[in-house]
Amino acid sequence: MAKQVFKKPEALKDNIYHYCPGCGHSIIHRLVAEVLGELGIREKTVGVPPAGCAVLAYNYLDVDMGEAPHGRAIAVATGIKRARPDLVVFTYQGDGDIAAIGTAETIHAANRGERLTSIFVNNGVYGMTGGQMAPTTLIGQTTTTTPFGRAPLRDGYPLDLSQMLAVARGSVYIERTAVTSPKNVIKTKKAIKKAFQVQMDNLGFALVEILSQCPTNWKVSPVESCRHVEEEVVKSYPLGVIKDTTPKNK
Amino acid sequence: MTKQLMRGSHVIGEAATRAGCRFYAGYPITPQNELPEYMSRRFGKLDDAIFIQAESEIAAMNMVMGASMTGIRAMTSSSSPGISLKQEAISYMAGMELPAVVVNVMRGGPGLGNIAPSQQDYFQATRGGGHGGYRTIVLAPYSGQELVSLTIKAFDLADAYLSPVVLLGDGLMGQMMEPVVFPEPIDPSKLPKREWILDGAKGRDTRLIASLHLDPIEMEQFNWKLARKYGAICEREPQHESYHLDDAVLGVVAFGTAARIALGAVNRAREAGFKVGLFRPITLWPFPEKELRDLTRTVKHLLVFEMNSGQMVEDVKISVGEQATVDFHGRPGGVISTPHEIANVMTKLIYRYELDSE
Repeated sequence: MAKQVFKKPEALKDNIYHYCPGCGHSIIHRLVAEVLGELGIREKTVGVPPAGCAVLAYNYLDVDMGEAPHGRAIAVATGIKRARPDLVVFTYQGDGDIAAIGTAETIHAANRGERLTSIFVNNGVYGMTGGQMAPTTLIGQTTTTTPFGRAPLRDGYPLDLSQMLAVARGSVYIERTAVTSPKNVIKTKKAIKKAFQVQMDNLGFALVEILSQCPTNWKVSPVESCRHVEEEVVKSYPLGVIKDTTPKNK
Repeated sequence: MTKQLMRGSHVIGEAATRAGCRFYAGYPITPQNELPEYMSRRFGKLDDAIFIQAESEIAAMNMVMGASMTGIRAMTSSSSPGISLKQEAISYMAGMELPAVVVNVMRGGPGLGNIAPSQQDYFQATRGGGHGGYRTIVLAPYSGQELVSLTIKAFDLADAYLSPVVLLGDGLMGQMMEPVVFPEPIDPSKLPKREWILDGAKGRDTRLIASLHLDPIEMEQFNWKLARKYGAICEREPQHESYHLDDAVLGVVAFGTAARIALGAVNRAREAGFKVGLFRPITLWPFPEKELRDLTRTVKHLLVFEMNSGQMVEDVKISVGEQATVDFHGRPGGVISTPHEIANVMTKLIYRYELDSE
């Protein structure tokens, strides 16, 4: 009998993803599931999915999950975590969810140092609703609501939420990664693991911003979408650790 | 049981604590600030209680939602514009079938309104308030002691029906000091365990609390389920109190602070020899329709008095149909009527309908 070298993480359900080909969500779901398994916390974790493409995250992640209104995931997660500090609570949010309609909730949760882990998937558009401009959309980028390209004087500038959150004194660990290559995927997993570890160590607010690709709404091929992240998106959203005030040797 | 003199908003806080509430999130807004202030002090001394001053009304209600998912008894409070902001989350909680208690200390009009005692939010409270056709049970206390009993009842109803419950008061209820007696506190750890809470799927299948039903058939079934629940609430939970109605020729219908004033007016009119009484809905939703209709077997003339420009009067008309005349007297804007004013209105109606000869 052949030796099994690769298997589905326990925290992943046996469902077929509804995500578009080339979408980053499928990879990120899997990474979250792998981390929950490796940290041995699947049975004490509660997740809060967003409104948006990942609204059905509970069809894939096999953990207790509670829905939140659009943008309110971190407030809902705050209620869960404060009521049950023994649980590990995470939110999974897109850029429209966390950086537009949910900006206030997010900044204040970070400022209070809520013991939460936030997975922030930034693909620069509102994917679920059909590709409208997001706060994170690049200057000049064409979307269904910026048909002539995002013009800062009319549409504002790309918002770097992670930098804003880094200013908040209650945030402990913030890193920006991508899922465009095996190397980036491995880095992303490491960051997700650390963001959960920060919560388990009761240190404060942790967030991983993951630059994701949306070939469907960008109207490019999956391969081209990864190239776009690596060559264009990172100019506005550079990869790397944005804040890390965890004690050394962690 | 010792009597203590206490401000209404503090009474709500103490009653909630004794009802086993251990989670409160809120945001400052007048005229209800004394309640979150009380909660911060009271919960600050308890090991198992959480107080959060949220960054917004919206966040406060969503924190309550999250807390409720873990099965803890949770409450928020606010005042009219703040309640509007909370409606999104209240709608979600109705859709997720999550319990919570929401206290609305009503303000005096649309927009910012004012902070004077008013009943401007009857429509909002009794019709659900937000999107999606849900309902919330609405309780309308009219005295300090009833703030105790109805606050506790609000938590019990929220748990029984897995639904947000609104405690609807006004600045007068919140500020007025009255002697009250509290029951012994409930130990929250003794409350029945829930089978639906999110607490990490240890040795069991994972759970989901959500209001999304993409499949129309599934959505339809869920909406019918809610409708059946609301039907059961209308069947079992209407509550009202009657005063001097046995031989009355004219009945005043009023709730909350307005009922308190109306009761004074009824007593005054009785002293003057007029046969008048008071019907006081305690649950505004479910409205005590049947009980009011039954009253019209003997009382053929009703006067609805509200501290708004006429909201509950619609429910009164629906309830009694053609069985009684329905007149309305309102003070919409925070003006507090005197019993004398209401007694005058009653007297006029008695002469208009020629009831003094009966």
